[in-house]
Amino acid sequence: MAQALINVPFKARRGEIIEIKTLISHVMETGYRRSNSGEPIPRDIINAFVCTYNGDVVFRAELFPAIAANPFMSFFTVATESGVITLSWTDDKGATEVRTAKITVE
Amino acid sequence: MTSAMIRRQVWPGMTCLLFGLVAAAVVRAGEIAPADKRSDFSLMSRETQAMQDDDMANPGMLFVLDGETLWNRKDGGEGRSCADCHGDAGASMKGVAARYPAYEVALARPIDLEQRINRCRDSHQRATPFAWESTELLALTAFVARQSRGVAIAEPDDKLKPFIAAGREIFERRQGQLALSCSQCHDDNWGRRLAGAIIPQGHPTGYPLYRLEWQSLGSLQRRLRNCMFGMRAEPYSYGAPEQVELELYLMWRARGLATDSPAVRP
Repeated sequence: MAQALINVPFKARRGEIIEIKTLISHVMETGYRRSNSGEPIPRDIINAFVCTYNGDVVFRAELFPAIAANPFMSFFTVATESGVITLSWTDDKGATEVRTAKITVE
Repeated sequence: MTSAMIRRQVWPGMTCLLFGLVAAAVVRAGEIAPADKRSDFSLMSRETQAMQDDDMANPGMLFVLDGETLWNRKDGGEGRSCADCHGDAGASMKGVAARYPAYEVALARPIDLEQRINRCRDSHQRATPFAWESTELLALTAFVARQSRGVAIAEPDDKLKPFIAAGREIFERRQGQLALSCSQCHDDNWGRRLAGAIIPQGHPTGYPLYRLEWQSLGSLQRRLRNCMFGMRAEPYSYGAPEQVELELYLMWRARGLATDSPAVRP
């Protein structure tokens, strides 16, 4: 896993609905393909995504082989208090990629 | 009346119709009128356009980020990075992608942006050139090309004229088992459909670009090979002079259009 692009608003009003956008680089290999020499290519996908807001899970997703490479996800939550939004992606190899963003709620 | 007689009566009419079709094809063939020339962006769905326009949703930007890392990484026997010579890419690389392929004096022929990067690695960094279509080469090319976003594709200089003519000859030559030329689709029938897909004019404004079908970034050379494969013609190998001549002709054909790398295409 490598590059990720995240978009979390720096500032929001209390109670405001905010959009969080995420894009991460990943091959999302389905496990159904074969290499040029006929060997099956093992499945390697991001299978779980979690977003926490000051430790509370506000969004969670399970991902499956039909999802294209470099998955893009966008979702909404309510800005309740200032703090940290943590985004984490876990793949079949057990590697977890974590990104955090600070948000100020006024 | 026997069927043979009917056939005899029908054929002269058919022949006239065929001549008419051939004549119409001759009139329509050739360059796209300047007023009709448009970026292939305009022929895409709104959803794909929105994906390209939003740097947060455009997967090509992941490669641009990788490319920025490579730009600043010291490499090769000289231990130098691209930035050590070229400085801030935002200033030094602006407009570069809009004027490639460019004439390389040492080789007395044009080279494309990927070849320029690899020649730079070889001669100035004393580093191993990146393989064609490797993530590194695509990423670095995308980072360089990104700096030219919005710049109009330049008019090539005079030294390139014979190579543009050679590229045009390939573009207009019927080839492969289907005996198709590039021009028959992209000059004569753009905007119409080939099965479910809209035939674009084929202007290389946004390479390297993220093709949804590939689920990856790819170079213009990959696209050309892909098209030739579809025509059931023998694709030119990566880096072949014919590939660069075709790229050059396409850039000349697209002159004046704004570059939009890393583009997203279906």
